Amino acid sequence: MSFTVPPQLEAELNELVTHYPQKRSASLMFLHALQEHFGYISKEAIEWTAQKLELQPINIYELVTFYPMFRQEPAGKYVLKVCRTLSCALGGSHKLHEHFCQKLGLDSHGHGLQTTKDGKFSVEFVECLASCGTAPVMMCNEDFYEGVSNAKADEILGGCK
Amino acid sequence: MSATPTTETKPAPPAVETIKVKVDGKEIAVPKTMPDPLTGKPVPTTMIQACALATVDVPHYCYHPKLPVVGNCRMCLVEFGTPAMGPDRKPVINPDGTPKIAKSPRPAIACATPISPGMEIYTTTPGVKQMREGVLEFLLINHPLDCPICDQAGECKLQEYSVDYGQATSRFVEEKVHKPKQVDLGPRIVLDDERCILCTRCIRFSKDIAGDDALGIVNRGSYNTLSAYPGKAFDNNYTLNTVDICPVGALTSKDFRFKMRVWFLKETKSVCTSCATGCNIVIGSREEKIYRYEPRENDAVNSCWMCDTGRLNYKWIGSENRLTEVRIGKETTTWTNALKEISGKLANVKAGSVAMVASARQTNEELFLLAKLGKKFNALTDSVPRMQEGDKLLVSADRNPNSNGAKLTGISPAQMGSNLPKIAEGIRNGSIKTLIVFGEDVTKHGIGADLLGKLETLIVSEILPNKTTELAHYILPGCAHAEKRGSFVNGKGRVQRFLKAVEPKGDARPEWEFLHELVYQVTGQNGFASIEGLFNQMAQEVPAFNGVTWAALGDTGVTIQI
Ligand code: SF4
Ligand code: SF4
Ligand code: FES
Ligand code: FES
Repeated sequence: MSFTVPPQLEAELNELVTHYPQKRSASLMFLHALQEHFGYISKEAIEWTAQKLELQPINIYELVTFYPMFRQEPAGKYVLKVCRTLSCALGGSHKLHEHFCQKLGLDSHGHGLQTTKDGKFSVEFVECLASCGTAPVMMCNEDFYEGVSNAKADEILGGCK
Repeated sequence: MSATPTTETKPAPPAVETIKVKVDGKEIAVPKTMPDPLTGKPVPTTMIQACALATVDVPHYCYHPKLPVVGNCRMCLVEFGTPAMGPDRKPVINPDGTPKIAKSPRPAIACATPISPGMEIYTTTPGVKQMREGVLEFLLINHPLDCPICDQAGECKLQEYSVDYGQATSRFVEEKVHKPKQVDLGPRIVLDDERCILCTRCIRFSKDIAGDDALGIVNRGSYNTLSAYPGKAFDNNYTLNTVDICPVGALTSKDFRFKMRVWFLKETKSVCTSCATGCNIVIGSREEKIYRYEPRENDAVNSCWMCDTGRLNYKWIGSENRLTEVRIGKETTTWTNALKEISGKLANVKAGSVAMVASARQTNEELFLLAKLGKKFNALTDSVPRMQEGDKLLVSADRNPNSNGAKLTGISPAQMGSNLPKIAEGIRNGSIKTLIVFGEDVTKHGIGADLLGKLETLIVSEILPNKTTELAHYILPGCAHAEKRGSFVNGKGRVQRFLKAVEPKGDARPEWEFLHELVYQVTGQNGFASIEGLFNQMAQEVPAFNGVTWAALGDTGVTIQI
């Protein structure tokens, strides 16, 4: 797959660099923007970022592997993020996660993001989504759901076309 | 006579203010600032530097005197105290008149904590011992405990400190994190990530010293893994220095790993001969075989580093092809016979009919003796220049180790190589009938086989066979620097001596030894039969050396005006 950053995104990123005393400081913002656009951070994206910020690819690769929120593989069309921080863990988030994995045929013990073969769904644990009072809490792409029971979970899955 | 020789290894630092601290009860005055390893700018002296000055050893992994400080391993934790201040901001005084010391409730890392006046550093308290034990236990949690099959064993800081602060058995019952083994990091380096303690010395060396920001730590927490960017080889001309500074067995040299246990190696102080920088080295050898070169610290020359090319350029010394026999024509003979016949020949030559090409890879002492011979015959002499591209760190554009020696002894004209065409012409027109060659294949430098064929006498001393030795009437097998003692003058005028690591092969002899005999037989001048005496004589006779003695050269050499 060829890697081309649309001119508008590149212009935005160029402008972003000017906000920082050193170019390097813009690294994370670049990665967020590229992941938002491409869905994941490819090798090309790492190299492009390094070259834009006058760094070596290893400098960017360190960041990409450090933060779990950066993906090096494309995710499914729908990404289900289940909170596993304390309140949600007590409120049944592990059961919820297991439920999704069973329904979608994924390994609930696999490390990191698990994606279905057809590329439609990805399931992952995330840390606190800041709605601890309504555990268990999850997100489906940008939509937020509270107090998610198994029935509600099936409803959410059903809504994903 | 110009400047006197100096023996300093650093330019004399400007006098700096000192402050008094106590290390384990011993008072010592230490400079308030020390030069930053990268910029040379004065930066506050740290506890670990003060301890070093007080000859108190503080165990450490990530700290390296020539690298920026990062303070990540915590092995250097010490306890300390500073003079207590009263509410009046005046020091509190004990009844016995000494200042009261307020002991810090928390320890500090000695590598990154600046000293202050009156500070007391404690490195032997039970607390410090416990901290060292704790840090070590954590470092060993995920570490494979298989020193017997690790190449670093015997020179491993983890092993050494474990003897001092380690436990006999591990308390860790959980599953260890497994990481990549036998990673092919680059053409000369293999990495075992399970042995890496993440000190980042290699990263800092590559980035800040070698200028190649190639290494980093990927993943997070216990999964932290030292790595190059996937698909990118770690390949600059200084990579092997990371193997030296890696405190554990994570980075190993492909050339050396599993060839020899380090405790079997004999270590000999020597100098690299692959360029005019003359990096100081230690030759590791066993039973007359060389296994490795390692850099030896000399702040006037190479700091703690050397280039990979120079480091790996030793295999030719043990080559099967070595010239090991003295020969007259194709016949093997003895040194006595050959030297007798050569001096007989030389006794009858006409002044001006002899020329000499002596390599700028020969030692000062040898060149000095050759120059004596040359003078006797009024010979045209020269060396062979080896100019290539240099780099910013160490590698000199001049790939001869002793161009300055060749010039100072008068073998080489100021413009090295400018006499070579004249010698070729002399042979062509028949005025030069005898050619003495030391350590060069002149057929590659404008004196072809056709010309050599015209000579009445061709005397050659060499180490490995070549076109010139094929045509020689006399072959005198010579020695690699590792097989003899001698000295070179580096590109900046540093006179450096080197010692003998291994025995010469077969009948080969150090050139200065047989040259000494030849000079005596030809000129009647008896010189010194020891390298010390010979060097000192040369230093008296060749003005630039200004009478410096072999003994004064020490391990790190002396700078002379060139
Ligand atoms: S490989 Fe060696 S030098 Fe590099 S970080 Fe690991 S332990 Fe330190
Ligand atoms: S820089 Fe020159 S002297 Fe130093 S190790 Fe390399 S070749 Fe040898
Ligand atoms: S713990 Fe799940 S939202 Fe805070
Ligand atoms: S040597 Fe001080 S923290 Fe590593």
